[in-house]
Amino acid sequence: MERRLVVRAVAGVALLAVPLVLPQFYLLLSVEILIMGLFAIGFNVLMGYAGMVSFGHAAFFGVGAYTCGLLLKKTEAPFVVAFLAAPVVAVVVAAVIGYFCVRLTRIYFSMLTLAFSQIVWATAHKWYSLTGGDNGLVGVPIPAWLIGPRAFYGFVAGVSLIVVAVLWRIMEAPFGRTLLAIRENAERAEFVGINVKRTQLTAFALSGAVSGLAGGMFALFTRGAFPEYAFWTKSAEVLIMTLLGGPHVFLGPALGAGILIVLNSVVTSYTEYWPIVLGIILLALIYVFPGGMTRMFLGWRGAGRPAGATRA
Amino acid sequence: MPDLSAFADPGFLAVQCLNGLTQAMFLFLIASGLSLIFGVLGVLNFAHGSLYMLGAYLSYTIASWFVGPPATFWVALVLGSIGVALVGGIIESVFLRPVYRREELEQLLVTYALVLIISDLVKLAWGAENRSGSRPALLAGSVDIAGRDFPTYNLFVLAVGPLVALALWLLLRRTQFGRLVRAAANDREMVGVVGVNVKGLFTGVFMLGAWLGGLGGGLAAPIGAIFPGMDVEIIVESFIVVVVGGMGSLGGTLLGALIIGQLNAFGILFFPRFAIVFVYVLMAVVLVIRPWGLLGRPVTRG
Repeated sequence: MERRLVVRAVAGVALLAVPLVLPQFYLLLSVEILIMGLFAIGFNVLMGYAGMVSFGHAAFFGVGAYTCGLLLKKTEAPFVVAFLAAPVVAVVVAAVIGYFCVRLTRIYFSMLTLAFSQIVWATAHKWYSLTGGDNGLVGVPIPAWLIGPRAFYGFVAGVSLIVVAVLWRIMEAPFGRTLLAIRENAERAEFVGINVKRTQLTAFALSGAVSGLAGGMFALFTRGAFPEYAFWTKSAEVLIMTLLGGPHVFLGPALGAGILIVLNSVVTSYTEYWPIVLGIILLALIYVFPGGMTRMFLGWRGAGRPAGATRA
Repeated sequence: MPDLSAFADPGFLAVQCLNGLTQAMFLFLIASGLSLIFGVLGVLNFAHGSLYMLGAYLSYTIASWFVGPPATFWVALVLGSIGVALVGGIIESVFLRPVYRREELEQLLVTYALVLIISDLVKLAWGAENRSGSRPALLAGSVDIAGRDFPTYNLFVLAVGPLVALALWLLLRRTQFGRLVRAAANDREMVGVVGVNVKGLFTGVFMLGAWLGGLGGGLAAPIGAIFPGMDVEIIVESFIVVVVGGMGSLGGTLLGALIIGQLNAFGILFFPRFAIVFVYVLMAVVLVIRPWGLLGRPVTRG
């Protein structure tokens, strides 16, 4: 077990180091993949593990982006404070939104997350004096050591590695297993003494924190924050990435993010009609590869991990 | 402070109220189709806004074929909405039928994929620039409402909404088709067991829902600009209407549309900046207090 972990850690670090030798274009593409991959992994804490499909995760991504961006641009806050404030503020917002959302199930849960996220979007869109409204928040300063694609990639890769490792540990711990139990049968979980709503709320907040952190990094990446970061189509994007990669495997959503971003980059270099290509990919995913790409690679029942996350 | 001087002008308030009602009628047409499809098929149709957009474009194009004859608008409205119903029939039988036994999320993803595909097909067929249809000669003028002009066409839309609502109510309450639809909404397995052609019924319901969306689009063509992107704009508002009114409830959809219409019309008057937030807040509040909507019933689908 120990050895397997070491092998994996080494392989992970090696894989993350590869883009450093790539030309700048691919390096920047890799940054985007890592950030969106982290967002998708955070989103999947709710979707894959807890079985709760949020239509509003862009809210936390957006809150993270604006928190980090605003603190850097409008205050004297040190970089570390501004950066760490992104997940902290996101976790607070997620806890408040989640408090109401976890009382609902299925489509009602999804609709309420959508409503809250649209409130966040509309606020960012209209509060000109604070957020710059639909022009967005532009010209966010970043520290000198982060300037340059290699340095930035190193930063994003390091942060992602730590967050993913911590999250993996949490999901492998009893907490992750409890979520799976609730997803499979909430009533039975309640009977064995699990506080279902509180566990779901914790997952919601955790998921929001990771999404907010990803949003913060994205604000640094684009040197700005824009209302679209919190718009519902962003939520649809992360949902699609997750389904594309496969919600039943811990790293599946990140793979989905990678596939989607690379495809987007290739397709848009030939045609402006990316949506139609994406639509056809989605249909193929549903009719031909249900369960996502990881399920296709790993076999129908998901020979990979986490085994418990396989849908019955 | 909101500007309250508008209250001093009753004509202005009346017109604003009528504008809200007009918008409510469009929302009702689209949301009633959405609600019907959700109630019977259990599918949340993200592509309903696309059907609305398709209705607008089709009516616009059909109208442009017969420039001249006075009945152009009406022919275009009828043919355009029927065209959308046919597209709906294809969507249901080709794309949705294979996924009824799958998870809700996958059904949703199918309809989202259709949103993406239809939006690009519309761009390919009609280009990216805005277009606008023309009103029929009969309704081109305006009427005087308390000293202010109000387009006759909008009055016509105000009449169409309740008429469609009444026709739908009669269809659902008084006909054999309606009885089957309501039965299927309650228990589709059982309806199949007693020998009803459920496949055909589902296709019929989806086509009816699509027709309503297409009709909304066809009616919107002469007043709102027709542009790619009108699908995404309307779909979230329709979700709000359906959620606020109660999913699967026709009366609730009408009530939801009226509330959202007025909220938009007066919200923008007094809080121009934050009017857009009100509808989402309303949606959230309703979901928190009565998740099944104002007039819906608290049933959970199996």
